[in-house]
Amino acid sequence: MNLKVHWYYYAAPSTFYRLAGRAIPWFAVAAAILGVIGLYISFFVAPTDFQQGEAYRVIFIHVPAAWMSMFLYVVMAFWAAVGLAFNTRLSSMMASAIAPTGALMPFLALWTGSLWGKPMWGTWWVWDARLTSELILLFLYIGFMALQAAIDDPRRADKAGAVIALVGVINVPIIYFSVQWWNTLHQGASVSLTSSPSMAKTMLLGMLIMALAFWMYSIAAAFARCRAIILERERTSDWVKALKEGE
Amino acid sequence: MNGVTTLQAFVAVVRRDLMLALRRRADVLNTLVFFIIVVSLFPLGVGPEMDMLRKMAPGIVWVAALLASMLALSRLFAADYEDGTLETLVLAPQPLGLLVGAKVFAHWLISGLPLVIIAPVLGIQFDLPAESLAILALSLLLGTPVLGLIGAVGAALTLGVRGGGVLISLLVLPLYVPVLIFGAGAVEASAAGLGWTAHIALLGAFLAMSLFFAPWAAAVGLRIALE
Repeated sequence: MNLKVHWYYYAAPSTFYRLAGRAIPWFAVAAAILGVIGLYISFFVAPTDFQQGEAYRVIFIHVPAAWMSMFLYVVMAFWAAVGLAFNTRLSSMMASAIAPTGALMPFLALWTGSLWGKPMWGTWWVWDARLTSELILLFLYIGFMALQAAIDDPRRADKAGAVIALVGVINVPIIYFSVQWWNTLHQGASVSLTSSPSMAKTMLLGMLIMALAFWMYSIAAAFARCRAIILERERTSDWVKALKEGE
Repeated sequence: MNGVTTLQAFVAVVRRDLMLALRRRADVLNTLVFFIIVVSLFPLGVGPEMDMLRKMAPGIVWVAALLASMLALSRLFAADYEDGTLETLVLAPQPLGLLVGAKVFAHWLISGLPLVIIAPVLGIQFDLPAESLAILALSLLLGTPVLGLIGAVGAALTLGVRGGGVLISLLVLPLYVPVLIFGAGAVEASAAGLGWTAHIALLGAFLAMSLFFAPWAAAVGLRIALE
């Protein structure tokens, strides 16, 4: 039996286009189902927090968004680096496709965080280490997208974006720890997230299911955007023309 | 290699950039004047109370230094890019990272060092104690080269790009955050009578790291821009 996998087969935009087209519905449906289950657990099954009341339930959106925001940046930088190192067009397109979804995540995390902060801490915003580093992460995403948008030649945009993504990925831990030390030096917020008691099992379960839903959504969204990028860049190629005539 | 050692090439690039800068002195002065004006605007904005200004001084001077060195970045490669010198540098047998390092060093002598020298004078305006003035100069001495090195990456990537000036600030300012935190932090700590050596040590670590990585990353950026 020949179990050899042709890894490079799907590195061609034309074959990946078809693969992604077939995969998107699966991921989208998985995201919807997991999202419904996760939200059901978060709103109806998970117990009311004895300290924070009902308002804590925003955690089921907030924490997965914060996780995804950091994870997607690493994934984006990884694909950008692969594109830069091996000169594969598809990897760079994937990096550009991930960026907007990635930028959405810190935005969501900050937005839900401030909605949570108002009833808990009595303020929309504190210069807490985590909030601040999440904000800077959002700036890094925006910088990546702005640089790519400003360069007309797509190949140059890919490479330039890859360099800034890699510089960013080295800097993210440095920025994170700097901000943390800065915060302790300033003795800023007297409230902290870490002082809350350990989580109930159902809460953790709900959060993990929501995180999975976010994963599925991110993959589906990135694939859909990647398909659009492929079509745009390969519009002069034969297979895209054939695709158009086939419809 | 024509008998030109890498050290000679380094010195030649530094000398050339310094000479060009001395022929156009106004450009050099503009950065410095910008720095002084921005720092002087803050008391007009927030009021003349000396207690508050003394507290804010490290942050104000450092943010102004950040903005001033960011504005100067557009001059780092732009002229060489337009007249083709950059292509000669890329084709030179010496490693491009080293030549970029030479350019950044010359750029720092022109636009960073004046800020370090003038900053204590501005600190006096904000009634900082003598020791803090020295720490302010020291932190800028270690911090401004880091700003130039990180900025070189941004300058290389935005070379010849639409709206490069605003774009470079989007790319570079978030990366400046750690330098700002520990640069201003060192001065604040000394003003508060706390230990400032840790901050200065971290700034030194940033300098060592960016000296190692940034010229190389900027060289990659230049190659991409010239493709």
